[in-house]
Amino acid sequence: MTDLTRLTAADTAAALTSGDVSAAEVTEAHLARIRAVDGAVHAFLHVDAEGAVDAARRIDARRAAGEDLGPLAGVPIAVKDVIATEGMPTTCGSRILEGWVPPYDATVTRRLKDAGLVVLGKTNMDEFAMGSSTEHSAFGPTHNPWDLERIPGGSGGGSAAAVAAFEAPLAVGTDTGGSIRQPAAVTGTVGAKPTYGGVSRYGLVALASSLDQAGPCARTVLDAALLHAVIAGHDPLDSTSVDAPVADVVAAARQADVAGVRVGVVKQLGGEGYQPGVEQRFREAVSILEELGASVVEVDCPAFDYALPAYYLILPSECSSNLARFDAMRYGLRAGDDGGGSAEDVMAVSRDAGFGPEAKRRIMLGTYALSSGYYDAYYGQAQKVRTLIVRDFAAAFERADVLVSPTAPTTAFRIGERIDDPLAMYLADLCTIPSNLAGNASMSVPVGVAPEDGLPVGLQVIAPPMADDRLYRVGAALEGALADRWGHLLIDQAPELPTTGGAQ
Amino acid sequence: MSESGSITRDEVVHLARLARLALDPDEVDRFGPQLDVILHAVSRIQELDTADVPPTSHALPLTNVTRSDEVRAGLTQEQALSGAPAAEDGRFRVPRILGEDA
Repeated sequence: MTDLTRLTAADTAAALTSGDVSAAEVTEAHLARIRAVDGAVHAFLHVDAEGAVDAARRIDARRAAGEDLGPLAGVPIAVKDVIATEGMPTTCGSRILEGWVPPYDATVTRRLKDAGLVVLGKTNMDEFAMGSSTEHSAFGPTHNPWDLERIPGGSGGGSAAAVAAFEAPLAVGTDTGGSIRQPAAVTGTVGAKPTYGGVSRYGLVALASSLDQAGPCARTVLDAALLHAVIAGHDPLDSTSVDAPVADVVAAARQADVAGVRVGVVKQLGGEGYQPGVEQRFREAVSILEELGASVVEVDCPAFDYALPAYYLILPSECSSNLARFDAMRYGLRAGDDGGGSAEDVMAVSRDAGFGPEAKRRIMLGTYALSSGYYDAYYGQAQKVRTLIVRDFAAAFERADVLVSPTAPTTAFRIGERIDDPLAMYLADLCTIPSNLAGNASMSVPVGVAPEDGLPVGLQVIAPPMADDRLYRVGAALEGALADRWGHLLIDQAPELPTTGGAQ
Repeated sequence: MSESGSITRDEVVHLARLARLALDPDEVDRFGPQLDVILHAVSRIQELDTADVPPTSHALPLTNVTRSDEVRAGLTQEQALSGAPAAEDGRFRVPRILGEDA
């Protein structure tokens, strides 16, 4: 019998539609896989086995009754633990929200449920999405399915690892500086950050409101497109949601054609600090795009050299403001409330007890950057650099339809390697940050493994705001050409995982 | 505070107070040098001449987004209190808000 966990979401959907399998069978297969391998991977913080099976049975009943269901109805999905799920814990990987059960669904969650997707559970992440390795999760790191001693990227390492470990065909991630794309790159999976405002932020616990964006994680470009189409679109509950039609990303993924497409290689995103095997696979992939009929030019984006420092001022500033809501009064952890202290004392004790080191560092950094006398030199200057980055993108997109770069400068590093060196950790987001600052659309697609360590390499495709379909067109063309060469998808060469049994 | 991109122990204590983080002395010792290194690194942006560059606070040029003022169901009292660390008589119970002298 076919292993149902190895199917793509598109093939699962086809098998469900034709009646070859039931949603309950598909869900049970994934729950069994989670039980078998998640003890080693730790992609999940919470698995709702009972709820998932119930939801799947309801889909089967509706299908049997002849109801017209959405294209992904009955397909299982994992959701990053930063997205509110009614009745299911939402911790953001933080002690301060341990055990919190939201009384409402995020718009993304609501759309998944309305489309009939089956939510398996919540995935691990760096605390409040701050990190590039999931090591900043208060509940322990996630392990990369390609090498359990290595990081799965972050902050959405749980979502990427769940998909890479065949625990779910799809996952939702969020991307503030690369948290969908960098984990996709280091786990050999596909991840897309839609145009800012493309997917509603209602019910997404805010890290940096001007940068945060939810998007799809999958094993194929088409699967990512199918999920993108479900979660994207205008939402009146989010005032930054774009009130415009969503580009037809599914058609673009099926088109998978780059003939005549102008591809711009970003001069600044390469060279010193980039792993040789990453650059090698990247260059080969660009050559393939050329063979497929794309024209390749080099584009110059000098302000990108300042994207990382600008981001690490803008993000902490917004984060210090957003995380002020964790005040121990209406929800979340309250510590030190022994009757003696004031609300302010209790607040400070609770926040010290509830936040981990990276959250504290960024809150204090943001507090500094926004403080009187320093605002102009730090936050104000960073906002001006942001303008320069937007201008560099605009100039580049006059010469190219899409831009490309490696997704991350290196392959997956070892767990523990950068945990005490925040600056080294920040470098993992070097290539992904510019898209967040400009708010455009961006994707990572697997392009092979680095010869020196056998670990996956991702190529980043960037498209102008609202032209998300171009990501899928280029990503699918590249994926198809590589699969033709290899005879399989990259993820199919990931090693077998030990089935030690899960902690769930 | 001191020269840009340099942070003293007293400043860490001050920032922690502003941010309502009751750091213990070990944390102050640990975070101080880390914040200093990060601030030095991000101070690089000051090299750029941005005299004529307007700031960008947001990726989208959206202004005055409104939606129609329609009555719809919100959370019930029970739902609103469901995550409260302490509740009493249908309300959030909080520690005293005013200081001893007030």
